[in-house]
Amino acid sequence: MADTVTVPPVGHVTEAPRRDLLKLVTVASAAIGAGAIAWPLIDSMNPSQDVLALSATEVDLTPIAEGSGITVLWRGKPIFVRHRTPEEIKSAEDVPLNQLIEPQPDSQRVKPGHTQWIIVIGICTHLGCVPLGNKPTDPRGEWGGWFCPCHGSQYDTSGRVRHGPAPLNLNLPPYAFETDTKIKIG
Amino acid sequence: MAGLHKSDFPNPVINWIDTRLPVFTLMQKEYGTFPTPKNFNYFWNFGALAVVALMIMIVTGIFLAMNYTPNVTMAFDSVERIMRDVNYGWLIRYVHMNGASMFFIVVYIHIFRGLYYGSYKAPRELLWMIGVVLLLLMMATAFMGYVLPWGQMSYWGATVITNLFSAVPAVGPGIVTWLWGGFSVDNPTLNRFFSLHYLLPFVIVGVLFLHVAALHITGSNNPLGIEVKSPQDTLPFHPYYTVKDSVGVCVFLLIWAALVFFYPNYLGHVDNYTPANPLATPADVVPEWYFLPFYAILRSVPNKLGGVSMMFGSILVLFVLPWLDTSPVRSCRFRPIYRQLIWVLVVDVLLLGTVGAHPPEGIWVVIGRVCTSYYFLHFLVVLPFLGKLERPLPLPESISRPVIPRGGGPLPGAAPAKPMGKP
Repeated sequence: MADTVTVPPVGHVTEAPRRDLLKLVTVASAAIGAGAIAWPLIDSMNPSQDVLALSATEVDLTPIAEGSGITVLWRGKPIFVRHRTPEEIKSAEDVPLNQLIEPQPDSQRVKPGHTQWIIVIGICTHLGCVPLGNKPTDPRGEWGGWFCPCHGSQYDTSGRVRHGPAPLNLNLPPYAFETDTKIKIG
Repeated sequence: MAGLHKSDFPNPVINWIDTRLPVFTLMQKEYGTFPTPKNFNYFWNFGALAVVALMIMIVTGIFLAMNYTPNVTMAFDSVERIMRDVNYGWLIRYVHMNGASMFFIVVYIHIFRGLYYGSYKAPRELLWMIGVVLLLLMMATAFMGYVLPWGQMSYWGATVITNLFSAVPAVGPGIVTWLWGGFSVDNPTLNRFFSLHYLLPFVIVGVLFLHVAALHITGSNNPLGIEVKSPQDTLPFHPYYTVKDSVGVCVFLLIWAALVFFYPNYLGHVDNYTPANPLATPADVVPEWYFLPFYAILRSVPNKLGGVSMMFGSILVLFVLPWLDTSPVRSCRFRPIYRQLIWVLVVDVLLLGTVGAHPPEGIWVVIGRVCTSYYFLHFLVVLPFLGKLERPLPLPESISRPVIPRGGGPLPGAAPAKPMGKP
């Protein structure tokens, strides 16, 4: 060491950027490493494989009488499956779209050829309560659909919001008719 | 305005905070400019490595606890669910599982460092004793963590270890029932072990704070075992030792990762993948490798209370080590006889570990007894007498001048030479 004391003065000029680069590379590598470690931990809080595996539910429609509905559980949420009467279908189809809070025709909310079945996620779009109205004896509100007991939101027979405070129509779950009397949700 | 701190930080936000709560000044003082002996070798990495291990264990443990169910009917299955269904659950559990081993490896090397370089001697006795408390807390935490997967080894390990307390005269059986919360290791035991396994790491963090606080009062020991005499003997902690520790951390994490990704179950016992069965003990109940030497001591004594006392005594003897070792010289470098004997102790402990891994039959019983005797002989007889009998080598004048030529003459060169023995 003592023999190499004479450092060429140019060395000092390049010293600073070189040191900066080293620091940048070090910090960047450490940050990438920390991210790579953090991701598995964060992702472990996402739905696990067994939770995802339970994400489809089959429903037999035959026992549901016209005018009434049932509630089934899908991904921990209530799903309303309701058998509409011809009058309910007609009132849902005939309403002018400009009267709706979130305009959407009934045809977009049911499956073609199965217009008597309205299937919605039974969670009020206001603050997450479960609206009443599946049973004919429940209060169904002014539009004959569902009535939320928490803050008085009302939905029509197509599950569209007609009276606030809820801002949006009842959401639709992904589902398909496997036969005329059986659906698969999810 | 009494008490407001006068901060030197130019950044106005940092300055504002630092004036009111001088954490930045504290960090700068304790980890930035902190004067540290300049002759550390890589053995001085292991304290930092243990802190890294503790942090990783706490973080992975928190995420495991989100998916674990402490109930005898569900614990085993919930661990299997972590392995199969939870996203990256296999990774988190393997890191945690092997982390226990990695933590013990670095802590055992850290303790060896303390023994070899006499770090326990005045004025660092309390620092050392707090370290022994940390070791005991770690052992308790590791033991209870091993019970949680509720496999055969978990169950029978818990049964054997809790039964150690039944050796206590008169109140022993009562203590064991109290530990179990019942009349055998069962659901209440599992529940309380989970609760304590989650609690104790944070107790370790608290005691660790005391350990580090004590260290920053006395300052670090060093491979020469002599006190810092002048600022020439030291370097600021940052960047010199932050960088040196980072190198160690990289190697440490590489080894840990190799274990996790290539040999995740190498250090575990296959019987723990069999669900706990209170009706059948596995053919060969052994603890995890890091408990094997103590397990060997327990089995070497043909008397229940004696074995249990010797096992606990083997750790408790460390508490009084600063007073058992009568030599005023810290570092083994200057103790020609002790320098040999410490390796005898290392071999002795490794042999005890081997004995602990074998069934207590035939030659293993003999080796176990010899090694147990030597272990206590080393601490209780050799150390007190050796300090009086041994003639230590001459100590260097200072860390900067570790070699003083015999017979005078000018000291070599202006540049301070690095001490020997650096790998």
